[in-house]
Amino acid sequence: MTTAPPELDPTTRDALAELLLTLADDEFVIGFWDSEWTGIAPMLEEDVATSSIAQDEIGHARALYEMLAELTGEDADAIAYGREPEAYRHASLLDHERGDWAATVARRYLYETADAVRLAALATSGHEPLALLAAKMRREETYHLLHAEAWLRRLADSRGDAADRLADAVRRLWPDAQDVFAPLLNEETLVARGVLPTPMRALHAEWVARVRPTLEPVAGDLPQSAPRLDGRERRSDAFRWLHGELTSVARSGAGATW
Amino acid sequence: MTIADGVERRVWEELANLPDPEIPAISVVDLGVIGSVAASGDRVRIELLPTFVGCPAIGVMQQQIGERMGALGLQADVVVSYDPPWSSDRISPAGREALRRSGFAPPAPMPAGPALGMLDELAVLPIAECPYCGSRNTTMDNPFGPTLCRAIYHCEDCRQPFEQFKRV
Repeated sequence: MTTAPPELDPTTRDALAELLLTLADDEFVIGFWDSEWTGIAPMLEEDVATSSIAQDEIGHARALYEMLAELTGEDADAIAYGREPEAYRHASLLDHERGDWAATVARRYLYETADAVRLAALATSGHEPLALLAAKMRREETYHLLHAEAWLRRLADSRGDAADRLADAVRRLWPDAQDVFAPLLNEETLVARGVLPTPMRALHAEWVARVRPTLEPVAGDLPQSAPRLDGRERRSDAFRWLHGELTSVARSGAGATW
Repeated sequence: MTIADGVERRVWEELANLPDPEIPAISVVDLGVIGSVAASGDRVRIELLPTFVGCPAIGVMQQQIGERMGALGLQADVVVSYDPPWSSDRISPAGREALRRSGFAPPAPMPAGPALGMLDELAVLPIAECPYCGSRNTTMDNPFGPTLCRAIYHCEDCRQPFEQFKRV
């Protein structure tokens, strides 16, 4: 980071740290799930695309963990790889296993649209380093969004098995997708200080209004659903398995210099 | 001209000869990833604007810039910056020509307006000019390529696959 973080009072700093951790963990975990498609995607072009998207997401996570590390005086790698599964704060949407291609497309669409709404707000954050990084990430995420929308349409228009699987996946993931907008512990502080320009509740409403007209023709009526208070603390066995995988190299050489 | 001005000019000249690690045909200056250079005594602070946040070449670039500065007798502090965010519009005219000569289509200019205005245009109008024959009769095979910053196209006229430095 170039700009020394502006002086923050301890309450704002802790609240910002929590926000950065949730953003970083979201990008980190979806990046690792998507990287599982490398080598086994349904077609060569998708092998390239999902690998590239996964690399983008993990790169975003790196920048966010580094910003967090600077704020708290920790080490970015230690935050990324050194925690127990229960200490991660990604949304429950990202606790599901990779699943089949339709499940991946459904999750990518749900996550990318939610992330786009969130990043648009953060690009106007009063915390300048975060606003700058969000603006940069948005340019890259545009490609992810385009990819997710193209695949959603492609599977939905296919009829038959692919469309059925997509509809099932959207219905199954819909409740947990709301949790991308789970309220943060000290959210009112972030909103009052302009770090989070729009409350999560309002961002959630914006996202639902945006995706419902696209998803209901694909998946049927979707229930009114709200983000849960513990929407970022619901760790699954699927994530515990992924955590074992993604930390395996770091654990095998604890303290090693790479 | 102050002494610092002279040092900074030498730094820019040196960096203009430092190739990008992933696409060596273009220098880091022509690629637009050098945000600023500020010299003070024998120290120089250089802001590096990554093309993509997750670019794995960032560390290599920091190291290579540091080495070049060392050769000039300068102690370099190479910091990653997103202010301003790197955009493909930062590639210089010379850089665009260097890309074309080495088989990369230079990125089209960014559309005006907010970043998300890009979405529809990208979907509807993914134009790239074939670096081999100059045809605009090309199709995008994949907006994702062998590195984060490259997309894959096909020229319908000369039948060559080619890569475009992604517009971002």
